[in-house]
Amino acid sequence: MSRRLRVNPIACEAHGLCAELLPELIRLDDWGYPIIDVAEVPPELVGLAERAVDACPTLALLLEEDTAAPLARPGGSPPLTG
Amino acid sequence: MTLAEHLRVHGELPQRRPQELIGAIERSGLRGRGGADFPTATKLRAVAAGRRPSAVVVNGSETEPASAKDRLLLTRLPHLVLDGAMVAARLVGAEEVIVKVGESAVGSLQALEGALAVRHDDPVPVRVVAAPEGYVAGEESAVVQFLNGGPELPTFVPPRPFQRGYRRRPTLIQNPETLAQVALVARFGERWYRELGTAADPGSALVTISGAVAAPGVYEMAFGTSMADLLDAAGGPTERMRALLVGGYFGTWVDASQIMRLRLSREELRSVGCTLGSGVLIVLAESSCGLHETARVIDYLAEQSAGQCGPCVHGLRAVADGVAALAAGRRNGNVERVTRWAAEIRGRGACHHPDGAVRFVMSALSVFAQEIEHHRRHPCGAQPAGLPLGRASVRRSGREDGSGRARERRTAKPLRLR
Repeated sequence: MSRRLRVNPIACEAHGLCAELLPELIRLDDWGYPIIDVAEVPPELVGLAERAVDACPTLALLLEEDTAAPLARPGGSPPLTG
Repeated sequence: MTLAEHLRVHGELPQRRPQELIGAIERSGLRGRGGADFPTATKLRAVAAGRRPSAVVVNGSETEPASAKDRLLLTRLPHLVLDGAMVAARLVGAEEVIVKVGESAVGSLQALEGALAVRHDDPVPVRVVAAPEGYVAGEESAVVQFLNGGPELPTFVPPRPFQRGYRRRPTLIQNPETLAQVALVARFGERWYRELGTAADPGSALVTISGAVAAPGVYEMAFGTSMADLLDAAGGPTERMRALLVGGYFGTWVDASQIMRLRLSREELRSVGCTLGSGVLIVLAESSCGLHETARVIDYLAEQSAGQCGPCVHGLRAVADGVAALAAGRRNGNVERVTRWAAEIRGRGACHHPDGAVRFVMSALSVFAQEIEHHRRHPCGAQPAGLPLGRASVRRSGREDGSGRARERRTAKPLRLR
């Protein structure tokens, strides 16, 4: 069962701990906000990912089970509006 | 249209069995007209499958400044929209209907009030809610948050409104035009709906056409209509066209020469990077400057950020400043940097506002590449045509004579939308 990283962008306040703890998967943009380069976490990094989730001061970093459901991802397809 | 006129033109609303009616809507091919173009039957089924759906929300926000179709429907045909909402409420098992409009939509508010005063047979109660306006206030999670007592700002999803929305229960949110079409399909069936349009794109859509056309306004257009016929319905271009903005500010620019040989079809529009979205079409004349127009609009879109997500707040502002620099021909104008920010912002907001804004800008950088080059050397002499910001600039709404090629094949039936 694979795990996916996701940021709640409303909760995120650019503290940057996630990128510091998990540079293999997360980097910061020009304004200090996280970009998840690799959402699906390799098994050997799951432990570190869990630490990063715990470290986020605003609980903005999420580690979710990969349900492969398109409705679960923001910015994914298709939005149910209109 | 009064209730009496509405019943005379459209007939009584028949009571069909829910499963039968959802099937008819599915076979009709009706898709949402609020911008996302999602299959309506699928959405109905998703909400109906939820536990104790709370409400059907008629999303009359219409926050695209250049769109006028929803207020036209709510002002002129409130009974048709309310019928559709009632049908939908019955289909999903909702307890009430809520019609949400912007605070300044006085015409809609008055028409709705008048309509509700004479409706006595609705199966569920209806209330009308007026909310503060803003570009992102029409986003469905923003509508839900507002109805739940919070600000009219998007929330982090999932859960989406169809799962957990108003009162934390499944909620159906639909555009007024979609519900008007539901009311018509409920009366006349899927074959009637499919009389217009093509097999791939059945039916018709309300299109708000503005810019360099002789008769800007809202027009009902069958899918498959040629873009040339579409513009002719709006009086034709007033001068040589440079580009079209398809889908409003959540849409994309396309070179006039590229799109004018096409028809109003999803596939053909996709081939030039466009989707019809909420049906907004703006014609840009050659005497205008697409780069300046784009700079004004992206500045507006950046200002209209909900202000909740860093990538949107900072990124759109940076992109807007970057486009302004290109429009002014400043030495620090840098297409690569704007492009990089645009690519990075995508998908990193809670809602799709930054995605739409970025897509709009990227289309401009492509379509107006010549203008960008030109601006580096010469300041722009063209006066901005003034794409509307904050309010629609459409002066006429609707066609009084009911003519138009879209309706010619259907003269035997009552006019669909007048």
